[in-house]
Amino acid sequence: MLIITCPWCGERPEIEFVYGGEAHIARPTDPSALSDQEWADFLYNRTNPKGTHAERWRHTHGCGRFFNAVRDTVSDFFVATYKPGEPRPDLSQDDAK
Amino acid sequence: MSDLLFPLSTLAATAPDIPAARLSALPPATRLVFRGREAAIGPAGIAFGAELPRQACRFKRSGDRLAAWLGPDEWLLLAEDADPAALIAEIEPAVFGLPHALADVSSRSLGIALEGPRAAYVLNQGCPLDLSETAFPVGMVTRTVFAKAEIVLLREAPERFRLDVWRSFAPYVWGLLEEARRELA
Repeated sequence: MLIITCPWCGERPEIEFVYGGEAHIARPTDPSALSDQEWADFLYNRTNPKGTHAERWRHTHGCGRFFNAVRDTVSDFFVATYKPGEPRPDLSQDDAK
Repeated sequence: MSDLLFPLSTLAATAPDIPAARLSALPPATRLVFRGREAAIGPAGIAFGAELPRQACRFKRSGDRLAAWLGPDEWLLLAEDADPAALIAEIEPAVFGLPHALADVSSRSLGIALEGPRAAYVLNQGCPLDLSETAFPVGMVTRTVFAKAEIVLLREAPERFRLDVWRSFAPYVWGLLEEARRELA
């Protein structure tokens, strides 16, 4: 079973978590000023990278908190997890994993 | 006692006595969920009678009061033989004016105790957590899953666990625990 490290609770089994989509997507402060394309990009279009991906997870059956994780979409390896509000860690040296 | 109010009473009455992992239904208790910001945490603990632990996944007991960490701003307050309304009336004045939520969830869940040298082994049939004493020491509490049900799991002693199970899931969890410990009879 995949082990995910919750920033609060520590290492926990995968089944306690749910996926929450891509991380670091801020809602535009003034949506009415956006073009249709820009609004569609905010709502629907995601980076979908092959490699490390910053995404939101929620420890639903645990502390219940959302947090961010950097995961390799190829190997499913969790490179890092960090609390919401913190910047995406610089993991360029870990990208080889 | 009716099965509707106490869905475990019939199951508990017919449960075989297996000393390696004893299963028992706990009497009804008062349960409150407290959520609050920094300023409200300390006063709430003093008014409740057991300090709200600030360390993740720990509980603190004082007499018949038990405060369990469930999340960074969320605690489960357990009290045997207390009236929920009276308990809320005790805590509310202490946190008056401070952002917080205090909800009575007494009827939501039922308590199950699992005790014996093979208690952790039995729990691991449905719960994937590492229940060794180094990873899950006495005094640790966490919300987790048991098979398909969400539970709150407390380790009260090296060989004694307390499970808080949502009422409608209680017979399901009990049945699985019963099946898991059958081989130890």
